[in-house]
Amino acid sequence: MTLIYLIVILLAGGLLSLLAERRSPHAPRWVALITTCASLVVGLLFWIQHYPQIIQSPADHWLERFQVSWIPSFGISFHLAIDGLSLILLTLTSFMGILAVGCSWNEIQEKTGFYYFNLLWVLAGVAGVFMAMDLFMFYFFWEVMLIPMYFLISLWGSEKREYAAIKFFIFTQASGLLMFLAILGLYYIHGQNTGVYSFDYFDLLGSTLPPSLAFWLMLGFAIAFSVKLPLFPFHSWLPDAHGEAPTAGSLLLAGLLLKTGAYGLLRFVIPLFPDQAQAMAEPAMVLGVIGILYGAFLAFAQTDLKRLVAYTSVSHMGFVVLGIFAFNELALQGVVMQLVTHAISTGALFILAGMLKERLHTRNIDQMGGLWSRMPQLGTLGLVFALASLGLPGFGNFIAEFLILMGAFEESRWLTVVAALGLIFSALYSLRIVQKIFLGPQERYGELPDFTVRERWMMAALALSILWLGIYPQPIINTAKPAIVQLVKLMDIKPDTTSQHHYGP
Amino acid sequence: MTTASIDNVLLLAGLLFTIGVAGVMMRKNIFFMLLSVEIMLNAAGLAFIAAGSHWGQPDGQVMFIFILAMAAAEVSIGLSLILQIYHLHKSLDIDNLKEMNG
Amino acid sequence: MQTMLWIIPALPLLGFLLLISYGSRLSRRQTAAIGVGSVLLSACAGLYAGGQLLLHPSLVYEVTLWTWIDIGDFHPAIALRMDALAAVFVFVITLIGALIHLYSAEFMEKDPDYSRFFACMNLFVFAMLVLVLADNLLLLYLGWEGVGLCSYLLIGFWYENPANGHAARKAFTMTRIGDTALAIGLFCIYYACKSLNIVDISTAAPLIFQQNPQEATLIAFLLLGGALGKSAQLPLQTWLPDAMAGPSPVSALIHAATMVTAGVYLIARMYVFFELAPAVQGLIAVIGAITLLVAGLSALTQYDIKRVLAYSTISQIGYMFLALGVGAWTAAIFHFMVHAFFKALLFLGAGAIIESVNHEHSMFRMGGLRKKLPIIFWTFMVGTASLAAIPLVTAGFYSKDQILWYAWGARHGQAWLWSMAWVGAFITAAYSARMVLLVFWGPLKTEVTSRPRWSITFPLIALAVCSTWIGFVDLPHNFGHFTPFSDFLHHTLPLTELRADPTTEWMFQILATVATVGGLLLAYSYYYIHNKRLRHLANQPLFRRLHRLWLAGWGFDKLYQTFISRPFLWVTKANKADGVDQLYSAMANITTSLNQRMAALQSGSLRWYIMGMVLGAIILFGLQLLL
Repeated sequence: MTLIYLIVILLAGGLLSLLAERRSPHAPRWVALITTCASLVVGLLFWIQHYPQIIQSPADHWLERFQVSWIPSFGISFHLAIDGLSLILLTLTSFMGILAVGCSWNEIQEKTGFYYFNLLWVLAGVAGVFMAMDLFMFYFFWEVMLIPMYFLISLWGSEKREYAAIKFFIFTQASGLLMFLAILGLYYIHGQNTGVYSFDYFDLLGSTLPPSLAFWLMLGFAIAFSVKLPLFPFHSWLPDAHGEAPTAGSLLLAGLLLKTGAYGLLRFVIPLFPDQAQAMAEPAMVLGVIGILYGAFLAFAQTDLKRLVAYTSVSHMGFVVLGIFAFNELALQGVVMQLVTHAISTGALFILAGMLKERLHTRNIDQMGGLWSRMPQLGTLGLVFALASLGLPGFGNFIAEFLILMGAFEESRWLTVVAALGLIFSALYSLRIVQKIFLGPQERYGELPDFTVRERWMMAALALSILWLGIYPQPIINTAKPAIVQLVKLMDIKPDTTSQHHYGP
Repeated sequence: MTTASIDNVLLLAGLLFTIGVAGVMMRKNIFFMLLSVEIMLNAAGLAFIAAGSHWGQPDGQVMFIFILAMAAAEVSIGLSLILQIYHLHKSLDIDNLKEMNG
Repeated sequence: MQTMLWIIPALPLLGFLLLISYGSRLSRRQTAAIGVGSVLLSACAGLYAGGQLLLHPSLVYEVTLWTWIDIGDFHPAIALRMDALAAVFVFVITLIGALIHLYSAEFMEKDPDYSRFFACMNLFVFAMLVLVLADNLLLLYLGWEGVGLCSYLLIGFWYENPANGHAARKAFTMTRIGDTALAIGLFCIYYACKSLNIVDISTAAPLIFQQNPQEATLIAFLLLGGALGKSAQLPLQTWLPDAMAGPSPVSALIHAATMVTAGVYLIARMYVFFELAPAVQGLIAVIGAITLLVAGLSALTQYDIKRVLAYSTISQIGYMFLALGVGAWTAAIFHFMVHAFFKALLFLGAGAIIESVNHEHSMFRMGGLRKKLPIIFWTFMVGTASLAAIPLVTAGFYSKDQILWYAWGARHGQAWLWSMAWVGAFITAAYSARMVLLVFWGPLKTEVTSRPRWSITFPLIALAVCSTWIGFVDLPHNFGHFTPFSDFLHHTLPLTELRADPTTEWMFQILATVATVGGLLLAYSYYYIHNKRLRHLANQPLFRRLHRLWLAGWGFDKLYQTFISRPFLWVTKANKADGVDQLYSAMANITTSLNQRMAALQSGSLRWYIMGMVLGAIILFGLQLLL
C-alpha cells in the first residue's frame, strides 16, 4: 500500500495547495513543504524497512507490488511495483521536491496556489513513472509530468518562456507520441500472438516479436527516452527549457525529468527488446560519446549561466547513455550513481544560479566576477559543486563517471578513450564557471547578502549528500544491485553481437 | 407511359449541375450564387430519383426528401444571412464583401 | 599500533575541516595554531611510524578503513599502507610541510584570507598523504586529483588578479590531461589484473604480462602520461613556471617539494610495469634527460627569481626521471628527498627576499642583499650550494652524483644519457651561481623594507641543516659502504643493477665536480668579473634569439596556444548557438513559411474557394478515371 501513498500524498497535496491559496498566498508553500517532506519520510521508511531484504540480493528484485483492475476490457490495470532502482529514484524525487519547494520559497509571489499545484503534480507524475508497471499507466504518468511542467515554464519563467515552454512541449510530446504508438503496437502484437490483450509490463516482458517490427517498436520507446535524457541530436530543447524555467523548474527538469529518460531505457527498452538493444548498442554509445564532448564544448562557450549548466547536463547524460549500452554491472551501477549525483550537483548549480539571479538580476556570467569576497559561503559552495561536476574524486560524480568509463572500457576501448577526453573538457567549463563568477576582479554591486538560513540548509544538505555519495556510495550500489544484476543476466544470455575484448591469461 | 431513359435524365442532371456550378463561379451577387447552389442541389436530387427508379428502389426518393429538407433549411439560413449582409454592407457584390487579407 | 596509521592523514584533514567551518570566527593565532599544529602532529606521528619501520625491517603498516565500492570483482577499499617508499614520502611531506606551515604563519600574516590559506594547505597535506599511503590505485587517484585541486586553489589564491586565475586553470587543465591518461591506465590495469590493489597487481603482473608484453607497454605508457603531467615533464611542463603566481610557501610545498614529485612516486610505486616495458622505461630516461637540459637552459635566462627556481625544479625532476629510466630506483627517491629539502629552502628563501624588498620579483632589481639579510643569505647559500652540487659538503652532491653515475653505470645506462646529465649539471651550477650573484652581490638596487622574524628564519635554518646532513644517509660506494637509505628502500624497490665496473666510479665523481666548478666559474666570470662580456654577448644576434627562446620556455606555450587553445576557442565560439538547434529552428521556420503561403490562399474571396473546390473535384474525378 505504501506505493499508492507515495503518489496520492503528492496529488492530494497539490489539490490542497490550490485550495490553501484562498486562505493566504503563503499557505500553499507550507502545504507543499509538508507534502514533500511527508513523501520523503514515507520513502525513507520504506527503504529502511526493506534494506535487509535488498542486501540479500534476492533473485526476485521486486520489493512490493500493488495491482487493481482499472479498465479490464482493454487489459489495463492500475499496477505499481518497486525495486531498488525505482526506490533510489523515488527517494531522489522526494528529496528534489523538498529542494524545489525550498528554492521557490521567496521566488514565487504570484498565483502561488496554482504554482505549487503544478510543482506537486510534476512530482506525482515522476513518482508514477518510476513505479508504473502497466504501459498504459506509464504513458498516463508520462503526460501527467509533462503538462504541469509546461505550465511551470510558461507561466513563471523568464523573458522567452513561451518559446521555451512550447519547444519543450513539442519535443517531449512528439516523442511521447512515438512511444504511445510503440506501446499500442506491442499491445496488439502481443494480443495477436497470445490471445491475451494486456498492457501489463510483466505480461509483455517475454513476448516474442518479429525482429523487424521489434526494431521499430524499440525505436519508438528509445526515441522518447532519448529526447527526455537528452541524447545528442535531440538535446536542443534542454538549454531553452532550463534557461527560461523558474529555478525550481530547472531543478526538477535536471534532477528528475531527465532521469525518467534513463529510467525508461533501463526499465523498458532493454528488458522488452534485449536483442534490438544489443544491436543498437554501438550507435547509441557513439551518440553518447558525441553528447559528452558536444555538450562540454557548448557549455564552455555559453555566457548565460543556466544555459551553461544545461549543456553540462547534456554532457553528463552522454555518460549515462554510454554506460547503459555497455550492459555490464560496473557501467550500469555507474549509471545509477550518475543519475543520483547528477541530480544533486546540477540541481545545486541551478539553485546557485537562481540565488545569483535573485541578488544580481542577471544570468550573464560576463557581468559577474569577484563574488567570492562578497559572499564567501556561496562562493565555497559554488566551487564545491563546480568541482563535483568536473568529477573530482571524493564527490559522487567521480564514482559515477569512473564506473561508467571503466564498464564501457570493457566493451569498446576507443570510445571510452574519447569519452575520457570529456574529463578534460569538464575541467575547462567547470573552472570557467568558478573563474567568471567568483574569482577575478570585483564588479561593482550594491548590497549582496550571503546565504540566508533557508539557503544554507538547502546547500548543506546537497553538499553533504554529494560528499557522502563520493566517500561511501555502497548503500546506493547495494540497493540498485538486484535490479542491475537482473539486467546484466538478461543481456548475458542473449547472443553477443558486439565484439568483446578478453584480457588476462 | 413513356419512360425516360436513365441516360437522358442523368444528362439533364449533369447539365443542371454544370449550370449551377457555372452560376456560382460567375455570379457576383450572393443572392444569385445561392440560387445556383439550389440548382446544383436539385440536379443531385434529380440524379438520385433517376437512379432510384432505375434500380427500382425507394432509397433514391428518400434521399431526395432529405435533400429537399436540407435545401429548405439551407435557404432559410442563407437568405437570412444575405439579408443581414445587405443590412450591414448595403451591397451583395461578393468581391466587395471580402474582409480577409490572406 | 598498526591500525593507527590513519591518524597521519586524518590530522591535516581535521585541521582543514575546522578551518573551513569555523575559519571566519577564529582569530589569526588560533587559525595558525590549528593549521600548523595539525601538520606538526601529523609529522610526529609520521616520524614515529617511520622510525618503527626503520627498526623492524619486515614491518609494513596496513589498515583498511572501509570498503569504498563493492561491485562484483571490483572492490577497492579506503585502505592505507605504509612501506619504506611511502615512509620516505610521508617523512618529507609532513616534515617539510610542518616547516612550511610554520613559515606561512608569519609570511601570510597580513593576508585577509588567512584561514582559507591554511585550510587549503592542510587539505593539500591530507591529499598528498592519501596519495602516497593509498593501498589501491583508485585511492591513489583520489589523492592525485586532490593535490591537483589544492594546487589550483593555491596558485589562484590571490584570485582578484585574473592572471593568477589563468595560471591556476592552466595548471589544473594540463595536469588533468595526464590524469586522464592515468585513469585510462587504471582501466587497463583493472581488466588485466582484476584488481587495483597495488600489492596484488605488483605481484601478479609479471605472470600476467608474460604472454602479453604489449599490454604492459601500453599500461606503462599511460602511467607515464599521468606522471608527466603531474611532474611537469616534457611535453606537459609549461604549467609549472606560471604556477609561481601562488604565494611562495605554496611554491615551496606544492611546486617544489611534494606534489610535482608525485609522478616520481607513481613510477617508483608501479616499477613492475616499467620493468616489464623496457621501451617505456627507456622513454622515461630520454624524457628526463631532455627535460633537464631544456628546463636548465630556460632557468639560465629568467629574470624572475621564482621562475628560475621553477625551471630548476623541472630540471631536477628531470634528473629523477632519468634515474627512474635507467633503473636506479633508489637514486631517484634519494634525489627526490634531497631536492625537496633544498628546493623548499630556496623557495622559502626567495619568498622572504621578495617580501623584504617590497614584492620585487626581478633579480636584476635586487642585488647587494648579502649584508642586509644575513640569515637569509647564509641559508640561501646552503640551498644553492646543494642545488649546484658542490662536492662533499652538500647533500645535492651525493644525490646528483649518484644519478650521474647510474646514468652511465646502471644496466640501462647510456653514454649519451650520462653526457646530457653532465651538461645539465654544468648548467645547474651556472644558473645557481648566476642567481646568488645577482641577488646578493653587486650594488644595492632596492631598499630592504622589512626583515623576517623567527617563524620565517627558523624553518630556513632547519631546512638548511637538513639540506646538508641528509646527503650523508647514502654515500657513494667508494666512500665506505654506508648506504642506509637505499638499504631501507630496497624493502620496496629493486636493486640497481650495474653494467659498469664500480671501481671506475671515482672518475665520474671527478667529472661531476668539474662540471659543477666549471658552471660556477662561468657564471662568476660573466656575472661578477666581466659584466661587459655579458653585454657583448647580448649584442650578438644568435645569442639574442636564443635568449628570447629560452626566456619563453622554448616557445612551448606559443605552440600549444596556436595549435590547441586557439582552435578550441574558435570552435566553441563558432558553435555557441548550437548548430543542431539551428536544424530544429530551420524545421520550425520552414513550417512557418509554408503556413504563410497557405494562409495567402485563404483570401476571403468566395469565388477562389469555389474555383478550388471545382478544380479539386475535377482532379479527383480525373484520377479516378485514369487509374
